[in-house]
Amino acid sequence: MANAEPAVAIRHLSKSYRRGGQKVVVLEDMSFDIQAGDFVALMGPSGSGKSTLLNLIAGIDRPDQGELRIGGIDINVLSESELADWRARHVGFIFQFYNLMPVLTAFENVELPLLLTELNARERREHVQLALDMVGLADRVTHYPSELSGGQQQRVAIARAIISDPTILVADEPTGDLDRVAAEDILALMERLNRELGKTIIMVTHDPQAAQRARSIKHLEKGMLVD
Amino acid sequence: MQVLKLIIGNALRHPLRTLLTTLGLLVAILSFGLLQTVVDAWYAGAARAAPNRLIVRNAVSLVVPLPIHYREKIRAVPGVRAVATSNWFAGVFKEPKNFFPQFAIDPLAYLGMYPEYLIKDDELREFLRDRQGVIIGRKLAQTHGLQVGDTMPLRGTIYPGNWEFVVRAIYDGVTPSTDTTLLFFQWQYLNDSLRIRAPLRANQAGVFVVQVEDAGRAAEIGLAIDQLFKNSPAETLTETEQAFQIGFVKQTESLVIAIRIVSFVVIFIILAVMANTMAMTARERRAEYATLKALGFGPGFLWQLILGESLALAIVGAGAGIALTFPVAQWFGAQMGTLFKSFVVSPETVWMQVICALVVGVLSAIIPAVQASRGRIVDGLRAVS
Repeated sequence: MANAEPAVAIRHLSKSYRRGGQKVVVLEDMSFDIQAGDFVALMGPSGSGKSTLLNLIAGIDRPDQGELRIGGIDINVLSESELADWRARHVGFIFQFYNLMPVLTAFENVELPLLLTELNARERREHVQLALDMVGLADRVTHYPSELSGGQQQRVAIARAIISDPTILVADEPTGDLDRVAAEDILALMERLNRELGKTIIMVTHDPQAAQRARSIKHLEKGMLVD
Repeated sequence: MQVLKLIIGNALRHPLRTLLTTLGLLVAILSFGLLQTVVDAWYAGAARAAPNRLIVRNAVSLVVPLPIHYREKIRAVPGVRAVATSNWFAGVFKEPKNFFPQFAIDPLAYLGMYPEYLIKDDELREFLRDRQGVIIGRKLAQTHGLQVGDTMPLRGTIYPGNWEFVVRAIYDGVTPSTDTTLLFFQWQYLNDSLRIRAPLRANQAGVFVVQVEDAGRAAEIGLAIDQLFKNSPAETLTETEQAFQIGFVKQTESLVIAIRIVSFVVIFIILAVMANTMAMTARERRAEYATLKALGFGPGFLWQLILGESLALAIVGAGAGIALTFPVAQWFGAQMGTLFKSFVVSPETVWMQVICALVVGVLSAIIPAVQASRGRIVDGLRAVS
């Protein structure tokens, strides 16, 4: 398996923004790989480009230059609608503030990505129950986000992220809004997903303790990898 | 199912805002319906006009009468089935505010041309027997609490003096929109009285109502009638009953136009209110829309959510407004007494209300939906924090 395609292959990736008429370079000529089944923590000070890098990997932003292959697919060449389809099949999102739909129950939130598949209602129900069981919320299916704690909401978000069995999971400060106990819980769950299900996880975090749960850590500074 | 739940759930997230917006829609659609019904009521006379009836009047002016002997000449015109006199009486019943139209008519000829007035045979017989008898419409009778046998004094304005009448018949309309606010009495009684009170005004008809055999030849027969009296001291102007009625409405057309404009201004105002609500709503949910897009949902899905929510509000508000239009119009019509011949909400008005509601629902959603579907995901996600 030595020459297997990496889950994420980044080559000479650059990204800049215009702010007040000035060009601000966020990522500069970045190249590295993330192997399938890896759990990578991206760390760095604010403005180092780690969230931008995560957004590019997740296909919700476009680079200025460089090549970005996820699971062997060059996502830069995809049109907007192709990219949306690609995200639905290959990316699971875990956000800092969970980003659940407040008017849907835990079950319905987790089911959302499956509405983009061809699964029928019965198959979707089975998948959702399995995912919620996996994150320990089998007894909270009918609860609305407002009826759940922060940790539980993040678990629902994780169940939503893994429901379509994506190629990669991207997590942006997944414990940033949680207390230490809940954060530990979420990190343990992510660790389990990586270890037991072989999920490739890329996590942005400020928290060194959280980063320690990853298999590898990449530090960014001023848009470049420093190790 | 999730789409429907998202639409309904989102619509109910700010109950007070939703309530006020739908209430605004209700009032706007109700007002629109009532104003359109006022316009319809204005044109009701013209709408009810029969195509086979012509009105012959003096070419100089409606207020100048025609000699009664024209009646026989008109009757002799080929294609004319019947002719009847009709004099506008304009008497005051108790007080000037109790206005309703009154006509002195040739009873048999005239009523024969208006099958839309339903009169009981025995009451008609009594009316024909009594020179001072009157036939009044059901709405007029109800408005003034009149019954068959009641005396009905009128103070003449065009024909001065006090005129004593007795209600001999009450007619009903063949449809709810038939005008039942009219009063008819015998032209012969008017003429006989004028012979004594004002002999120079006797033997004159206000207008002649003509029924033709074939409505398709109405214009041709009208021309033939006018030709008959060409270069006479009293030339005639013959037009269809509908044109005659529209002529009356035209005198107040600017008022009708103003009412129409106001009705659409009301819709425009609620469009602005609704568009603002939807814009505010979409702005608050930028992060949710960005999340959905990140999950792989395309712009079409966001259009469904935003358009669906906007249409849901429009349908609920407008539905209630349309449902309320009927009882409110009934109440309003009753309050107006005999001012409007009939005050009935037409199917066209309901359709216009439905169309206005849908237009408001769709237009209000366009800008928020375009913004939500075009916005960058990363910008939307940033909105959460």
